[in-house]
Amino acid sequence: MKDWQPRILAILCNWCSYAGADLAGVSRIQYPPNIRVVRIPCSGRVDPLFIMKGLQSGFDGVLVSGCHPGDCHYLSGNFVARRRFAVLKPLLEMIGIEPERVQFSWISAGEGERFAQVMTKVTNDIKKIGPARRLVKGA
Amino acid sequence: MVNELREKVKKLLAGGEVELVIGWEKGSRALAATPVFIDSPKEADRLIFDSTCGNNPAVYFTKDSRRLVKAGKKIGVVVKGCDARSMSLYLAEKQVKRENVVIIGVPCRGVIDTDKVAEAAGGREVLEYSEQDGKMTVRGKDLDLTLDANEVLSNSCLTCVYPDAREYDIFIGKARDGEPGKEQNAALDEFEKLSPEERWEKMTEIYSRCIRCYACRNVCPSCYCNECFVDQNDPQWVGKTPEITDTMIFHIIRNLHVAGRCVECGACERACPMGLELLLLNRKAAREVEERFGYVTGIDSGEKPAMADFREDEKQDFIMG
Repeated sequence: MKDWQPRILAILCNWCSYAGADLAGVSRIQYPPNIRVVRIPCSGRVDPLFIMKGLQSGFDGVLVSGCHPGDCHYLSGNFVARRRFAVLKPLLEMIGIEPERVQFSWISAGEGERFAQVMTKVTNDIKKIGPARRLVKGA
Repeated sequence: MVNELREKVKKLLAGGEVELVIGWEKGSRALAATPVFIDSPKEADRLIFDSTCGNNPAVYFTKDSRRLVKAGKKIGVVVKGCDARSMSLYLAEKQVKRENVVIIGVPCRGVIDTDKVAEAAGGREVLEYSEQDGKMTVRGKDLDLTLDANEVLSNSCLTCVYPDAREYDIFIGKARDGEPGKEQNAALDEFEKLSPEERWEKMTEIYSRCIRCYACRNVCPSCYCNECFVDQNDPQWVGKTPEITDTMIFHIIRNLHVAGRCVECGACERACPMGLELLLLNRKAAREVEERFGYVTGIDSGEKPAMADFREDEKQDFIMG
């Protein structure tokens, strides 16, 4: 258990957050290597099923990140996504999933520093609450 | 009231205002009225309305839309409060054209939960049913019971806020003034007092009994996708067995799909063969939608459904700062 490292699913929008990760990379900013990235065209593409499937397949945490409100490449994708997450999160918390398990953030393409900060925060949050047990298939 | 309904329906059909009226008739089981399609004035006397009329007649507009809506028929529909909310939702979602439907509201006093009656009757079969002044009388072999409405009504009816249609063309009888049910959130508030561990246990307990028959989905007026996500094979997102995580994901995602669309008619709970407490999640989603987006389902068909809409300056407290 001492050596346990969380595995975190990071669902990043192509236009902002993924580019933010890229910037963090080329700027050689250090952040925990616990995330596994899935690139999607827009945070509006995120079906809550993706998040549920991530938890079910054993990820210790899921982070969804998109463009800041108003910056969406498709103009309103992140607004629609925001409403979806606003309902999903309370439902997950209601059934007993820790609030830290599933997180959302907005990161722009210019925020490499912030990308690293968010990844560090999410990783630390999840290290604190330990490995996922609930909703994990076969756990 | 029923006579008035029959007369009105006769007039509508005879005058050619509608081609068809969907309502209820006496079913083969005493406690369950059957939906009926009336297409000629002489048939109208089959119509009834009482607390056995649990089915939501609005579902035919979506689940049988090829035969009814796409054929461009002009249809009358007899609705309780929750059914009327379904109709308003369909209008808002553009599933039905306003000019093609005549909504006939009837005053609802709640519908019966047959499980509760079965329990009260100790398993004896109910062969006859009658109601008067909020008392239900059930009769059968060695059975003659008079029950109080509160003992046998569906849970969703006991906390119902909109017993009567808000949007209608004709209202038969006297509406019960919609005094908002203060107890609406009682069960949810009670549940939320529990610790996350207890909530998880309770939810696991509920959903581990689910047999994945999809009766809740099939009966739901808001579930009308041509292909449900659980029926998809390629890609297959959710496993099809009653494995607990798959089952929970099914229920949570179904809940999200009907978030801001659920009219809380309680049809899912009544249809559930395992008697699961399904509405708890729905109430949570509905309350969240109401508090955050100020939207209540099926009240105003002119309003855009909450999950298809957004405001730029919305509260985003759940997003990392």
